[in-house]
Amino acid sequence: MSLFSLLWANLLRKPTRTSLTFVSLAIAFVLFTLLQAISDAFSGGVSLAGMDRIVIDSKYSMTDNLPLAYVQRIRALDEVDQVTNMSWFGGYYREPRNSFATYPVDPESYFDVFREQGISADTLARFRSVRVSAVASEALAAQYGWQPGDTIPIVQDIFPQASGSWSWQFELAGTFQYAGGELLLIHYDYFNEAVVGWGKDQVGWLVGRVADPREVDAAIRTIDGMFENSSDPTRSTTEDEYRRQFASQLGDIGAISGMILMAVFFTILLLTGNTASQAFAERVPELAAMKTLGFPDGSVAALVLAEALALCLGGATAGIAIAWLLEPGLEANLGGMIGSFGMSWGSALQALGLAALLGLLIGAYPALSAKRLTIVDALRER
Amino acid sequence: MRELIRCTNVCKDYARGAERVSVLRNVDLSVRDGTFTALMGPSGSGKTTLLNLIGGLDSPTSGEIEVDGLRLDSVNAGNLARWRARSVGFVFQFYNLLPVLNAQRNVELPLLLTGLSRSERRKNAGLALEIVGLGDRGKHKPGELSGGQQQRVAIARALVSDPCLLVCDEPTGDLDRATADEILTLLQTLHWELGKTIVMVTHDPRAADRAEHTLHMDKGRLVSSASGTAEAVA
Repeated sequence: MSLFSLLWANLLRKPTRTSLTFVSLAIAFVLFTLLQAISDAFSGGVSLAGMDRIVIDSKYSMTDNLPLAYVQRIRALDEVDQVTNMSWFGGYYREPRNSFATYPVDPESYFDVFREQGISADTLARFRSVRVSAVASEALAAQYGWQPGDTIPIVQDIFPQASGSWSWQFELAGTFQYAGGELLLIHYDYFNEAVVGWGKDQVGWLVGRVADPREVDAAIRTIDGMFENSSDPTRSTTEDEYRRQFASQLGDIGAISGMILMAVFFTILLLTGNTASQAFAERVPELAAMKTLGFPDGSVAALVLAEALALCLGGATAGIAIAWLLEPGLEANLGGMIGSFGMSWGSALQALGLAALLGLLIGAYPALSAKRLTIVDALRER
Repeated sequence: MRELIRCTNVCKDYARGAERVSVLRNVDLSVRDGTFTALMGPSGSGKTTLLNLIGGLDSPTSGEIEVDGLRLDSVNAGNLARWRARSVGFVFQFYNLLPVLNAQRNVELPLLLTGLSRSERRKNAGLALEIVGLGDRGKHKPGELSGGQQQRVAIARALVSDPCLLVCDEPTGDLDRATADEILTLLQTLHWELGKTIVMVTHDPRAADRAEHTLHMDKGRLVSSASGTAEAVA
């Protein structure tokens, strides 16, 4: 026997109570890990690949369009290496629940700007040459089992075609790599020709890649200055900042997550702390017996504290493991909406740190009481 | 025989609210090594308090207590704990076994404080259980044993680190007569065959008869001694 086996035996003293506490801790840490990943996706999910990119949007609102002509004017600037235009398309595939991001883009320039989104030369050539073609992210194609050459019908709710139809048909040219999950890119020229009314010769926003990443601020000033007095002034930001602004439209995700987690962990602290105090009260004569046998006050206190720590760290480890198992499914469902969704080692370590803190808070009072326990009083109260 | 326990002018007071209660009053006591002494007296006479002081579980308000050459009244709590682990075995009325551990592990528990290897600890615990006649019950948890068997496990736990002194507080108080007789016989055997010094608090005159010497306490004082080997001066 060792002190570890004594600790283990104490944890299993009341299996139902320990199991329920363990499960509640595990659920709390699943929530923590997932909310942390969502918060990260909203607030800091831009990869290093986006450091040299700027997003040029309407100064008035993200929902206002910009003239298509801006593409050539910005491309002509020395500060800008390449620029591409993108628009919001929306719609859904077969059923409303099958919605994902769909952007009309310029196939000639898009993959020059988003270089991290790998695409094969054959697929790109096909996408460029066939105006009704589309390319899907690998995750999206896998989700619906699409193969190159398949016809993809997208039902629209914003942009009708000149023919009056709300159904748009695209031929899948192939797939491309996209860390953000589900994304469909269609030919802007085809969209621009087919659409009627609002949206024609307009783009949603532009994304430019600057020649020198150190000159991003200068490029932003030049672009915004160029259109300052026009009817469609621009507001340019780095891609990182743009995503933060976009996320902030939904509210401060970090603060919301933080408040939810605070409520969860405060409740867990009270419930588990109460359970730990009850467990301690039941064990007073045993702890007194251990002290009688010669176990020092510090060792008895450490044993009580170690039990609380072991329970919290065990629950957290289980919670983190469950969250990691859930990640692929959530990535497939949320990735397209909020960008790159993924657990990090950092958030796992944060969770373990929080578990340790929780264990210390829960175990502190019983441990201190165990340390102060006088043998004679404890045995007399029996 | 050398003197194992010496108490000189020992007093113990407790605070009860604003009031101070004297539980022990100027107790002088001498117990020789290798003797079996019973401590009797009515409830509240201070016999358990005296036993706790002799076992190093409590400290006196004044006076000197020396056991096996160590002045218990002047050592700190840490050293006192180490001394208890090495020198004293305790047997209580309600056994005070850890219910989550089986008999073997309960007996092994005090050996965690020694430098013995795991296999040595296991071997010694098994031997102690054999001595008390429970060699085949090592895997049983306290809840699966009778009261008498639990008290035997407690005695094995008290013995396992080979202390020079066993202090027993009403060891038969929770047992029926037949089982109590078995436990008292076991204590006598330990005294006779292993030469253990035993100090036992009891209410039961039949239990006290098993001891070599009987001391009587009343109102915090030692009032009589039934033998010259254990000397008490009130």
